[in-house]
Parts: sequence; structure tokens; C-alpha cells
Amino acid sequence: MIFGIVQAAYVLATGLFILALHWMNDPKTARKGVISGVAGMSLAVIATWAQPGVGHHLWIVLAIIAGVIVGVPLARVPLTAVPQRTALSHAFGGFAAGVVGTAKYYLWVSEGPEYLTTFRMVAILLEIMLGYLTFTGSLMAAGKLQEVKWIPQRPVTYPLQNATNLALMGIAVAIGVALTLHPTAPWAPMLFPVVIGLALLFGVLLIIPIGGADMPTVIAILNAYAGLAAVAMGFVLDNKLLITAGALDGSSGLILAIIMCKAMNRSFSNVLFGAFGQVQQAKAGGEQKQYKSETFEGAAQVLEQASLVVIVPGYGMAVAQAQHKVRELYDQLKKRGITVKFAIHPVAGRMPGHMNVLLAEADIPYTDLIEMDEINPDMPQCDVCLVVGANDVVNPAARSDKTSPIYGMPIINADKARTIFAIKRSKNPGFAGIDNELYFSDRTWMLFGDAKNVIGELVKQFATGSGMH
Amino acid sequence: MVRRRYLTTLLPLALMATSIAVAQEPVADAAHAPGAADVAVDIWPLIYVFVLSSFIGLGVIQRVSRLLHTPLMSITNAISAIAVVGAILVTGGDYPVHIRLMGAIALFASMTNIVSGFLITNRMLKMFKSDEKPPAGGRP
Repeated sequence: MIFGIVQAAYVLATGLFILALHWMNDPKTARKGVISGVAGMSLAVIATWAQPGVGHHLWIVLAIIAGVIVGVPLARVPLTAVPQRTALSHAFGGFAAGVVGTAKYYLWVSEGPEYLTTFRMVAILLEIMLGYLTFTGSLMAAGKLQEVKWIPQRPVTYPLQNATNLALMGIAVAIGVALTLHPTAPWAPMLFPVVIGLALLFGVLLIIPIGGADMPTVIAILNAYAGLAAVAMGFVLDNKLLITAGALDGSSGLILAIIMCKAMNRSFSNVLFGAFGQVQQAKAGGEQKQYKSETFEGAAQVLEQASLVVIVPGYGMAVAQAQHKVRELYDQLKKRGITVKFAIHPVAGRMPGHMNVLLAEADIPYTDLIEMDEINPDMPQCDVCLVVGANDVVNPAARSDKTSPIYGMPIINADKARTIFAIKRSKNPGFAGIDNELYFSDRTWMLFGDAKNVIGELVKQFATGSGMH
Repeated sequence: MVRRRYLTTLLPLALMATSIAVAQEPVADAAHAPGAADVAVDIWPLIYVFVLSSFIGLGVIQRVSRLLHTPLMSITNAISAIAVVGAILVTGGDYPVHIRLMGAIALFASMTNIVSGFLITNRMLKMFKSDEKPPAGGRP
């Protein structure tokens, strides 16, 4: 009887989770999705808790309270820190899966060796490997995104990197096979932590060769791993709700990873096997090209004459927290009857959809946030393209220069606009270490400075000079 | 455009399912404690569930608005914290203290994800507003 009720609750929870994701297809219905997700999760928790075999309620209550205490502040981070928060919660998710797998293994070794069938052993090993790998990998990713001092920001590479990783993987698999064949041998409980250690190490090694520009893909992949770890836990515990919810999460991570890969012109297998594109250093030297810079006054005058302005935001906008100033500029331009659109590249920022959230935070209507593929045909009609802290995603070398590391990557055609203003913090090349041809184009004028200050100055020009023309 | 990559996407899923399927062994009957999992499980229903829900996931996620990819990640974070189910079963079971302690730690970690995942998703989604006021500039 109780079994039936619990299963019914699980089925209902699965349905609610699917609806939650379905409603995310439109910003208008998306908040219904959250309600549906919360309802599904509450059902799952209550149904599990109410089972007759579950006791020790004080423990459960304390763990839940601790989770709420830590979880609430984590939901209140500034939106620029959302990539770190997401990575951190992948770490928590992987860790939970790994720990449950570990607990189940040691429980069964001592109290029910007959439970350790080959099938369960394979599932446990998959669960702990994916879980712990996601744990350390995500912690590293979060550290890089947070710019923690002792984690190198630049990609770390060394000779035979892939060979080392493969060898470690091979050792882990070999130990896994041995454990699967002899799960209860006297040496097995001693060898089990070795697999855990290897998975933890593997997670670190997987992330250190990755630079900030590849973070959107990596975060998406870690998302998928966390989901697959939950699936493996479902196989271990014979629980279909874990499998369905984990599979939803896994496919979400995979799809986002594919979209990110496409947006960077990387193959999917390239990413899957951890060979994340190591950024080649572009050849130094070459002829010294000259930037043309523009004053705020001049830029404001050109902007005022425009009828279509396209703003291309990038990670630099997030770093400078310039989104609110951008909003002020947007208002000033709109007030003058100028059409303003935002061109969003899929990998702009440090996680999928990063720019959209920042601009939405600044109250810019999402109807003015336009995807790359939709805005590109309009770029030749664009009077002024304002590049705010974006670099590689507007670099025309991706279309023309076969030697460029980013060759083939789809870009926003900022160079097709009649006038281009690019805001840049310094004269150094961008993240990938590549010179951006856009900055040397005849029609490009640079505005050097912190994005927030530069936009602030432009707004000031409009505010003070509003009656002059 | 993503659709053409279905096969590559499914490859890892298929590999995982196959490896588990290969590892299947004959069902043995055994007495088991009430409330505990069966000693031998028929794994095929589990694999069915996995494959079908992966397809549903792929279909549903592909239609998610690109505007909402960041909230999508945080809501799937919260949903994948379904590991809470496993954690509760381990914490609340009649097991030795060190096992239950591990369960409690996992329960704490999943609960953190559930709470922060849903809260931040909601917070972000509240910010997405369409251009309700009569727009000053025309639409393209």
C-alpha cells in the first residue's frame, strides 16, 4: 500500500519536473516552471521520508536545516557571481552522489555482500567516479571563475597531458574491473578509496588546462556529469525517480554543451574527451597597428545621429558591473527615438545565457536581447555598433584568418556596422591572446577605459547636452 | 541544428546503458529485509526509464528559450539534487553510525542545492520583463 503511494508520488514528481523544464521555453511561463519544480521536489522528499524504513528523523531534520542555512545565502549572490555559484552547486551535487555511493558500498560490504551484484558494482563505480570527478572539477572551475589566488587563471598545460590523463583513467578502470569482479574480497574495501582518490584527482586535471573563455562549455559538461551521477545512483538504489530526474539534468547539460561547442566551432568529441582547446599563443610582433581613439563627446554626437544602435556585451561588461550604466545609456538613446538592440553571442560571458541575465537584471526588456543569428543580417543597416567588453566574439579573424585559433567560430558581424565604438580596458590583446582586427578597421574608434566609467561618461554627455541639438 | 547531433549526444548515454546491460546477471531469488531493495533487480525497466527520459529531456530542453539558459542551469541544478532521495534513505535507514553520517552529509549537500537552486532561478526569472510599455522605438 505505502509502496504504491510512494511510487505514485515519484511518478507525479517526474511529471512535474518535465513540466518545469517545458515551461522554461518562454520567459512568460518560466516562473510556473519553478513552482512545478518545487512541487515535484517537495513530493519526492515527503514521499521518501514517509516510508516505513526511514527513521532517525532528528538527523534528517538537522541535515535539512543545515542545507537551508547554507543554501539561502548561496541564492543571494550578485548576478555577476552566478557562474561560480552554478559551478559550486555542481560540486555539491557531485559530492552528494559520490558520498551516497561510498556509503552504500561500505554498508553492503559489511552487512549484505549478496547485494553487491556485478550490475550494482558497475553502477556504484560509475556513480562515485562521476560524482567525485564532478566535485573537484567543479570546485576548480568555481575557483577559477571566482579568481581565487592559488588557482591559476591561465590554462595550465604540460607535456603528455592527455597521455597522463588517459593513463590515470586506465588505472581507475582497471581497479574498477577488479572491484567489480571481487567486490567483497578482503582487499576490496582498501582499494575502493583509491578509485575515489583517482576520481578526485581526475577532476582537477580535467579543469586545469581550461581557460576562462571555455568555461561556458565546461560548466555545461559538469552539469551533465552531475545528472549522470544521479542516474547511476538510481541504478544503485533501484529508484526510477533518480533516473528520470538525473536523465533530464544530464540531457540539459549535454544540449547546452553542444550549443556552446557550436558557438565556438569546436567538435563535441573534442570536449567530451577532455581535450579542451588549449589556447595557442598568437604570434607576437608583426607590424605595429594603430588604434584610433575617440572622445566621449564625439562618440555621444555620433550616437545621437544614429537610428539603429546595436550593443554587443561581453565578459568585460560583467567584470566592470556596467550593466546598470548600459541601461542608462539605453534609456537616453530610446528617449531620442533611437532603436537600441543587444546582440548576444551564445558564449559571451562565463556561462550559457550569462549576458541575458545581467541585462535583465538591469531592467532591459528581453525583447531587445537578440541572438547572434537573428541580428547578423541587420548589422549592415546598423549605424553604430557599441562593443562593451566583448572581444573574440566580434573578431573578424574568425571569418577570414585561417591561422587564427578562433578561425571558423561564428561571430557577431560588428565590423559590418557603419561606425563601431569599442570600449576596452587596456591596449592588451583579449583573453585568447589574439589581436582583434576589428579594432584597426577604418570605421572603428576606441574608447579606452573601464566599461562602467566609459558608459557613464557617455550618459553624462547625453544628460548635459540634451537640449543642445 | 542541434538535432543533427542527436547521435553524438546519445553516444555516452548509450555506452553507459550498454555497459550496465552487459553487466547484468541472472536474477537470483533471495529473502530480503522489508523496506530494503531487492537483492537482484530486473535492470531492464531501469534502462527503459533512463533511455526514454533522456529522449524527453533532449526534446524538452531543445525548446528552452536561449534567453533563459542561465536560469535553466540553475533549475536543473535543483532538480538533479534529487539525490536527496538517496541521501534520506541512507540517513534514515537502520545502519551503522558512520554510514548514516555519510548520508547526512549528502543530504546536507543536496538540500543546499535544492534551496539555492530554486531560489536563485526564481530570482533571475523575476528580472526578465518584456517591453510592456508602448515602445519608443519600433521593432524590427
